[in-house]
Amino acid sequence: MSKILIVAEHDGRQLNTATTKCVSCASEIADATIDVLVLTTAGSEVAAQAAAISGVGRVRVIEDPANEHAVAAMQAPQVVALAGEYSHVFGPSTTFGKDLMPRVAALLDVDQISDVMTVIGSHEFERPIYAGNAIVTVTAPADQIVVATVRTASFQAAEQGNAVAPVENAEVEVEIPDHTRFVALHAEASDRPDLQTAARVVSGGRALGSAENFEIIYKLADALGAAVGASRAAVDAGYVPNELQVGQTGKIIAPALYVAVGISGAIQHLTGIKDAGTIVAINKDEEAPIFEVADIGLVADLFQAVPELEKALSSRT
Amino acid sequence: MKKILVGLKRAVDYNIRVRVNSGGTGVETDGVKMSINPFDEIALEEALRLKEAGHAGEVIVVSVGAPEAQQQLRTGLAMGADRAILVTTSDPLSPRIVAKTLLALVNRESIELVIVGKQTIDGDNNQTGQMLAALWDRPQATFASKLEIDGDSLQVTREVDAGLEVLDVDLPAVVTADLRLNEPRYVKLPDIMKAKKKPLEEIALSDLGVAAEAGVKTTKYAPPQSRSKGVMVDDVDGLVSALTDKGLL
Ligand SMILES: Cc1cc2nc3c(=O)[nH]c(=O)nc-3n(C[C@H](O)[C@H](O)[C@H](O)COP(=O)(O)OP(=O)(O)OC[C@H]3O[C@@H](n4cnc5c(N)ncnc54)[C@H](O)[C@@H]3O)c2cc1C
Repeated sequence: MSKILIVAEHDGRQLNTATTKCVSCASEIADATIDVLVLTTAGSEVAAQAAAISGVGRVRVIEDPANEHAVAAMQAPQVVALAGEYSHVFGPSTTFGKDLMPRVAALLDVDQISDVMTVIGSHEFERPIYAGNAIVTVTAPADQIVVATVRTASFQAAEQGNAVAPVENAEVEVEIPDHTRFVALHAEASDRPDLQTAARVVSGGRALGSAENFEIIYKLADALGAAVGASRAAVDAGYVPNELQVGQTGKIIAPALYVAVGISGAIQHLTGIKDAGTIVAINKDEEAPIFEVADIGLVADLFQAVPELEKALSSRT
Repeated sequence: MKKILVGLKRAVDYNIRVRVNSGGTGVETDGVKMSINPFDEIALEEALRLKEAGHAGEVIVVSVGAPEAQQQLRTGLAMGADRAILVTTSDPLSPRIVAKTLLALVNRESIELVIVGKQTIDGDNNQTGQMLAALWDRPQATFASKLEIDGDSLQVTREVDAGLEVLDVDLPAVVTADLRLNEPRYVKLPDIMKAKKKPLEEIALSDLGVAAEAGVKTTKYAPPQSRSKGVMVDDVDGLVSALTDKGLL
């Protein structure tokens, strides 16, 4: 039987849906009991949210002022303090989990499996390498704890709402280092859908040419009720902030609809959208590699096609 | 003066479309261009800039793996690193073993700052820097897009899912480089000539006291599922009807 501990991602108020995807992944392991660990400060709502996820057996909470911000060096020893009770420790393959989980694995002296996309057995998984150009099967030693990050785009969110798992405070004695200090988080406030979880995403590339021109992408996104994304080139050029980047080094997403506008389709970008339902590409170059993966392609100048599409969509509603 | 250690991994060049070999035992590497992992090149550039700004005395590049990685270390020396260390082994290496190797060198060389790429573009693991920081019991500042040194501490801006996070960490520390940290310099021919005279030490992994004990094993390589070919539409009207047909509007 497998005993799985999932390290929850949250911002102090809200549980991140990446956590529910980790629960889905863990549920695919036969005969597993699933606990969620919430590292937080006193009085947070997050534990109750985690307790509502279907499939969760128990929520364990460590309350400590050090958990005001998720700093890996401070959180890893707390995870390790409980890890001994488990056969598996999972975290999401988001920047939170990518930062924290290898630190946990190293303290436990085991290899980490990054970006689990398929569960074959309790110790056998599939994961992508080379920006998704190859899929490998990996086997973890049966006599060691399995530490892994879960590629969230590969799993549906577990249901959240009806379940009520018990919430328990975990008392641990750990030394939390003081060599690392959180200074600030600069996040641009937006009332648009969240890129990582949106059902629809419209992304713009280098072809937009400026931050002002990028407005037409925002307008099209609003007409579709979509989140906004971007290629690396568009972020590098300063048209949009870094958190909008989609791809190998940005976000790996799986919306039902992805619209790529003025994006060439470099492998590093495509790896971020492999699991999208329908990919639409608008590009003036009919040879652009994006058309090799697009379900619907339109060869056109985006500065004409995008406003026209936005109008057509707005007039439908 | 501070010594900076930079990890350079030899990896398939990022412009190559990698294919799984016919036996499913690996990817095709015959005749394929190999380069420094792009994130590591950025790590080295940052170390060189710190040295040029007077914050470091020496920049050492290290690669762990096959002897061919000499080429990438020579490129690193041509970029401006002072010396290179090649740790050789024919055993398969996990990020954990590489982290242990780097730790052995950190201790031997009394390193104060390690900069590595946030991930390699072959294994895409994104683990080595974090693991080194854990084993060393020192701070980690991952996915760095900006780095400022201030005496014995570092202010690092990190690219995280929510935006940009700033951490203040004490030295010694480990930083992992993201793409927007800098743009690496081009190597000039005279630098390549000069690099040939710079020291490159070769040492066996076992001589550093690190055992490449096996952990997670890779048992199979397969190509990804390919997406089926889509349709081309002539105009925006065509696009709207295609979306409607798919039930997306
Ligand atoms: C290690 C590494 C990691 C990377 N990670 C990422 C990543 O995570 N995400 C990512 O996106 N990239 C990533 N890249 C960069 C990637 O290789 C490409 O350089 C990048 O995706 C290109 O962005 P783009 O498609 O916007 O620009 P370009 O490749 O320049 O494409 C612009 C496209 O716009 C089209 N166009 C121009 N004008 C118009 C017009 N008026 N109307 C319609 N179409 C027009 C052109 O035909 C062209 O196809 C990475 C690269 C490396 C080396």
